[in-house]
Amino acid sequence: MTFEEIQTRAVSEWEALQSSDKPRILVGAGTCGRAAGALGVLEAIDGELRRQSIEATVIQVGCMGLCYAEPMIDIAKPGRPQVIYGNLTQDVAAQLIEDYLVNDDPHPDLALGCIGDGSIDGIPNLFELPVLKPQVRVVLHNCGFIDPENINHYIAGGGYSGLVKALKMTPEAIIEEIKKSGLRGRGGAGFSTGQKWDFCRKAPGDEKYIICNADEGDPGAFMNRSLLEGDPHAVLEGMVVGAYTIGANHGYIYCRAEYPLALERLRLALHQMEEHGLIGDNILGSGFKFHLKIKEGAGAFVCGEETALIASIEGKRGMPRPRPPFPATSGLWGKPTNINNVETWANAALILQKGSEWYTQYGSEGSKGTKTFALVGKVERTGLIEVPLGITLGEIIHGIGGGILNGKQFKAVQTGGPSGGCLPASMLDSPVDYESLTAAGSIIGSGGMIVADEETCMVDLTRYFLAFTQAESCGKCPPCRVGTRQMLAILERIAKGEGKPGDVGELERIANTVKQGSLCGLGQTAPNPVLTTIRYFRDEYEAHINEKRCPALVCKELISFYILPHKCQGCMICLRNCPVEAISGGKRLVHVIDQDKCIKCGTCLDVCPPRFAAVAKVSGEQIEVPSQPAPVEASA
Amino acid sequence: MPDELAEILAEYKEEKGALIPVLQKVQERFGYLPEEAISEVAKFCRMSESEIFGVASFYAQFYFTRRGKHIVKVCLGTACHVRGGERILDEVKRGLCVESGGTTEDSKFSLERVACFGSCALAPVMVIDKDVYGRVTIAKAKDILSEYH
Repeated sequence: MTFEEIQTRAVSEWEALQSSDKPRILVGAGTCGRAAGALGVLEAIDGELRRQSIEATVIQVGCMGLCYAEPMIDIAKPGRPQVIYGNLTQDVAAQLIEDYLVNDDPHPDLALGCIGDGSIDGIPNLFELPVLKPQVRVVLHNCGFIDPENINHYIAGGGYSGLVKALKMTPEAIIEEIKKSGLRGRGGAGFSTGQKWDFCRKAPGDEKYIICNADEGDPGAFMNRSLLEGDPHAVLEGMVVGAYTIGANHGYIYCRAEYPLALERLRLALHQMEEHGLIGDNILGSGFKFHLKIKEGAGAFVCGEETALIASIEGKRGMPRPRPPFPATSGLWGKPTNINNVETWANAALILQKGSEWYTQYGSEGSKGTKTFALVGKVERTGLIEVPLGITLGEIIHGIGGGILNGKQFKAVQTGGPSGGCLPASMLDSPVDYESLTAAGSIIGSGGMIVADEETCMVDLTRYFLAFTQAESCGKCPPCRVGTRQMLAILERIAKGEGKPGDVGELERIANTVKQGSLCGLGQTAPNPVLTTIRYFRDEYEAHINEKRCPALVCKELISFYILPHKCQGCMICLRNCPVEAISGGKRLVHVIDQDKCIKCGTCLDVCPPRFAAVAKVSGEQIEVPSQPAPVEASA
Repeated sequence: MPDELAEILAEYKEEKGALIPVLQKVQERFGYLPEEAISEVAKFCRMSESEIFGVASFYAQFYFTRRGKHIVKVCLGTACHVRGGERILDEVKRGLCVESGGTTEDSKFSLERVACFGSCALAPVMVIDKDVYGRVTIAKAKDILSEYH
């Protein structure tokens, strides 16, 4: 079958689905959706459809990115726009099927928005919502809207036309096109993709490899997972284009084992590519041969570093080695190798499909195109977002994210994972591009964006990151191995209230040594959280060290819980819930916490009824409370 | 065990750099990496046992002792950390009377803290076997665990 025939068949299948007289229900069933209960919702929908004898097409799709509203479904009734519903439970989903499909009540109260032709009273256009309006969904355009397990859905939307185009071009022309697009590596370093391909293409050798880095190890990041789960072919098309350009006949996808659904989708997608002649010994009759293997990671953060990743594929300990030689000249099995991140490959496919000119309409001067981010932490609307580079941090956090959770104050945004930094409110006007974030002491990184509020302690957050990098340091080079441990020891001391004057200076000194002396990116960037928090939040370090006080009320050794005698009504809820029986009291007796027994888990604060609000959390102060339970005063 | 091992090894006969996938398959079959298996894999790969152990111990997902019936993983990725993952882990430790990395005396549960599942938007997250639980609270963690007792 020629590609034109494949395409025609795919388009007619897609159009038949769109114009079908059966209702169509899309269920967001990526990993996030499933964690929120999507499979239960799916079951409830199937059950209700059977009960009502309704014939409908139910499709499991990937993540639409509005994770805060999971589980979500999308109902397309013939002749109506698609309506997206969020925060569903099994009961509500079943009711919705009955009300909308049987009784024609679209339930605007449950709808987030609608898309497509026409409108429904009381339901806004989904893409006009504040969460989506500033976004440009290019890489993610299919995620949540197509069946990721059906290659025809991908092809019908223009998929693999980039590959077809590429196979008719010379590799030099493709490299030129990628260079013109200004695409830079989306894994974090931001190196020019066109140049990288060019180096590998020109490297001497008959045997070359390409690798997709899907070892998304940054805690707080899930962009690559969502893309692989929601639109695996987008990444694979980019890889075949890359392989053809560079002259590689073999490739690997190195994906972390923590992503079972992404791995499953990749395996299925590869199988479909084989069936369609899009991979194998003679791709689409062009004579070009390319084979792709999936390698599952085994749990090592450092394997996100390219030379460590290569060692891991070779079956060795995943330890990095000095560069040069760069993988472009000597990589996997000593052969020229090109490694790109999941999102970079997907961007490359799009550039071939739509052209570099189309691509450069998005982004800023030095940073073209869009970038996906995992917007998480203390923000109202968590999710997977895609924005044009150059947008400001404030537009992302307050616009798309809807501000800080529960009306609290913004404190910092952490970008770039353990390699990045924490930026304060004064940086919210800073544009998100490679250069600006680097100048501010952080990095774009692979796209984790974690928002911290007034209840996040910056010393504790830094300690958290260093605990991570210290544990993940492979131990090969001493600056990283010893330096991360020393920094962690100092941070732990400060968090315990045992900090000494001069600790901050010592941290800075070690941080700079580790930054300059480490072998690979892990060590070179591990000090970034330390350096940025000292730069922007020095007062918090000083409060911990000089006043033995944690201003955010987080560091366990520096906080205490008290039950306020004038507020406690002696209801015994906290007493019963305390996991270590540290609370004494009785009915209508003011409760008292035994400070020696208290493990500071905060359960009492959580369970105390808000109308009493009798539990106080303090740091650096003592509250006068009775030593024994006493009767609740009548006036209270 | 020898037959099962031979079956696994046969699959990887021609493959370059197969050590990690072989160990993954062995662990999938036996639940951990038994000593006898490591020596068989060493022969197959023409490497020393200590080299195999060196590779396996480098990666967090290989285990050298038998594990519990249920694997409880509490996520402490950054998003989970800022949303209280540590408190969930403390609760699970107390509930199961086991430290992270350990297995309960009745071999029913193994507890692990993991760096990130990538379900950050639903933080804090915990995973038991293959079921992912999002937006976990201390009270919810107790309920979830009781379902597995």
